[in-house]
Amino acid sequence: MSEKVLMKGNEALAAAAVRAGCRFYFGYPITPQTELAAYMSKKMPKIGGTFLQAESELAAINMVYGASSAGARAMTSSSSPGISLKGEGVSYMAGADLPGVIINVERGGPGLGSIQPSQQDYWQATRALGHGDFRMIVYAPSTVQEMADYVYLAFDKADEYRMPVMLLADGLLGQMMEPVVLPPEKKNLPDKPWATDGHKGKRSHNIINSLCLQADELERMLIERYKRYDRIEATEQQSEGFMLDDAEYVIVAFGASARIARSAVVQARAEGIKAGLLRPITLWPFPNDAIKQTIEHAKAYLSVEMNMGQMIDDIRLAVNGQRPVDFYGRSGGMIPTPEGTLDALKALVQKVGE
Amino acid sequence: MGKNIDVILSGFGGQGLLFAGKIIAQAGLIEGRHLSWLPSYGPEMRGGTANCSVRLQDDPIGSPLITTPNVLIAMNQPSIDKFIDSVVPGGLVLVDSTLVPRIPERDDVTIIPVPSTELAEKHGFKKLSNVILTGKLFAETHFCEKEHLQEALVRCVPAKHADMLEPNKTALAVGMEL
Amino acid sequence: MAEKNKVVFQRPQSLLPVQTHYCPGCPHGIVHRLVCEAMDKMGMEGNTVGVAPVGCSVMAYDYFGCDMIEAAHGRAPAVATAVKRVHPENLVFSYQGDGDLASIGMCETVHTATRGENVSVIFINNAIYGMTGGQMAPTSLPNQVTQTSPYGRDVTTAGYPVRVCELLQSLDGVAYAARVTVDTPKHVRQAKKAIEKSFRYQMEGRGYSIVEVVSTCPTNWGMTPQGAFDWMRKNMLPYYPLGVYRDVVADGYPSIREAAAARAAECPIAQKGVE
Repeated sequence: MSEKVLMKGNEALAAAAVRAGCRFYFGYPITPQTELAAYMSKKMPKIGGTFLQAESELAAINMVYGASSAGARAMTSSSSPGISLKGEGVSYMAGADLPGVIINVERGGPGLGSIQPSQQDYWQATRALGHGDFRMIVYAPSTVQEMADYVYLAFDKADEYRMPVMLLADGLLGQMMEPVVLPPEKKNLPDKPWATDGHKGKRSHNIINSLCLQADELERMLIERYKRYDRIEATEQQSEGFMLDDAEYVIVAFGASARIARSAVVQARAEGIKAGLLRPITLWPFPNDAIKQTIEHAKAYLSVEMNMGQMIDDIRLAVNGQRPVDFYGRSGGMIPTPEGTLDALKALVQKVGE
Repeated sequence: MGKNIDVILSGFGGQGLLFAGKIIAQAGLIEGRHLSWLPSYGPEMRGGTANCSVRLQDDPIGSPLITTPNVLIAMNQPSIDKFIDSVVPGGLVLVDSTLVPRIPERDDVTIIPVPSTELAEKHGFKKLSNVILTGKLFAETHFCEKEHLQEALVRCVPAKHADMLEPNKTALAVGMEL
Repeated sequence: MAEKNKVVFQRPQSLLPVQTHYCPGCPHGIVHRLVCEAMDKMGMEGNTVGVAPVGCSVMAYDYFGCDMIEAAHGRAPAVATAVKRVHPENLVFSYQGDGDLASIGMCETVHTATRGENVSVIFINNAIYGMTGGQMAPTSLPNQVTQTSPYGRDVTTAGYPVRVCELLQSLDGVAYAARVTVDTPKHVRQAKKAIEKSFRYQMEGRGYSIVEVVSTCPTNWGMTPQGAFDWMRKNMLPYYPLGVYRDVVADGYPSIREAAAARAAECPIAQKGVE
């Protein structure tokens, strides 16, 4: 096992991606994910990999499309405005059943917004990053260690299910340093017999394609792809519970917000409120099963986010009207505080108690 | 003040605040404690006030962003003006008094003016006011074991600046003995 | 007598024996054949990856026998860039029309060229969007009537056509840029030679190359195939003159690297790393 080191979230993520076998990185500068590209530009030439600063986000994601078609583990990273531009390519990847890893180190939006941390791209990541019927697995790390661990896993899942996988972080997690143990160098990457790497006269030609002009044929392909999505929903949900077993008031928060919510839960317990934290690690598939397990003892839910209220939709869908679900958040690059979260929780306790 | 510290280091970009913060964080790593280090980023880095938050605690760290520090290290006037009111009562404020002409008054926190830039120049290493202040922080709080802080410093000086190791060590020692 | 028969013409092996969807009289078929003949001549079908565009040749992946990728509109050069980076030993080409290459994909076109990516671009310029039904293209001529320039392309509002070879030849990354056409046997032979040279330069690592084929669209121009070639000769060739616009080897350099360094002879930093 490697030793514990101090690293920025962006750098730990880049280092772990390389250890996961990523040798092709395509990016375009944008704050607050720049360290990631800088790390790759330094590292890749030394290990026979490719770092390419693309002319745009569009070009970068289409380079991921190309490298993945050719059978390589490929990645791109950006922050919110740049991710919008990548939406086109991600939709094509989904349509062509191509693996690939996309990193979003979110900042405030909409438009040019701010460069401060945010979680405003939850809907975009879990609903509609691009056009058409498709899904991405979305991981939401909440520590620097998880930045490394989940990008490492993301490459495996992308290959396993042949689909784009996103890691949704934010400026806080990208910029902060924490102790981290990097995962080992991955050996024996999976074979990709579908890749367009030259048929050498040994097989018929492979085609990477998302075009299908026959409506009934396209529908059949979508139904097949959705069976895969069903399998992912059944097996890939991940979440973490904290003081959840007897919790009457369940805070649901992911990423950086979950760190703050955790502090609030500790304070609430100290004041006699039976609070707990449920932290979704996969945003899609959303941890519906874990939420449902809490309904019996929960009186109410509080969604804590760094946006105007987005994940709350998924909590409400999971709770399905059985319990009240409230929201507390800060947006625009502002970060919620444990005190603010606790106040919101107390207000909820009072409301439910009445 | 105990070993749990929430430090904001603030000053102009180029004064080595992030570096000083890294030394503190590295000492925490050596001791296996929970810690976080968070820089301000973006346009602030260009000529304005840069700052960095370092938390060193026994429990897992919630927000890495510190809004109510128990230690403030201020290396310019805008920094002390901006953060002095946010320091919790009973907190500690270290000020580079060479560079901060107007030190505000608060009677519920300990404010220690340290002529660290002047001291650094006197010892012949102009830019190590940041490390002197880190030494002074240790002297006031003993937030870690002395040898761990010294080891942290060694780890933080990059190999390509190996010639700066000795001046850094001296600066830390100067701060510790103030 | 059978032993005296000699095969003088046949379908290239790498051109799949399928019926294409192209309109009668469309030159795409000729250019597909030339690409495949060049691939076969080099014995490269098994080591070639082609990138199809969005536009009339969107389904070219069903016709070329090599591995094929269908790219998003305009992004074929970005896709080709990465495919080549992953397998530099493979022959990689993109096949694009004028809307794809010179309008929505101009950014990718210019940057792939200036990076000097070792890829070949086959560019079909027929001055119109064919697949979507005949809209104005970036290469539509002044006063040319299309569905979206019904009174003729008005240069005061729609601007001027882009001359792609002239534009790209100024870039240091371009090893070879040639404009050809396929209206006569002689021109077809010249076009074939240009495509072969482009593929050869790529495999020799000389840099980016583009072969622009001035072409026609009988369907959307509303002409017979021969009438379309007549119109092309009369109106397009004067605007888009045939010829070689850049050839670093003919200029006396082994590759774009030496040519670029020589061009920047007065710039010391640009000489670093070049023999």
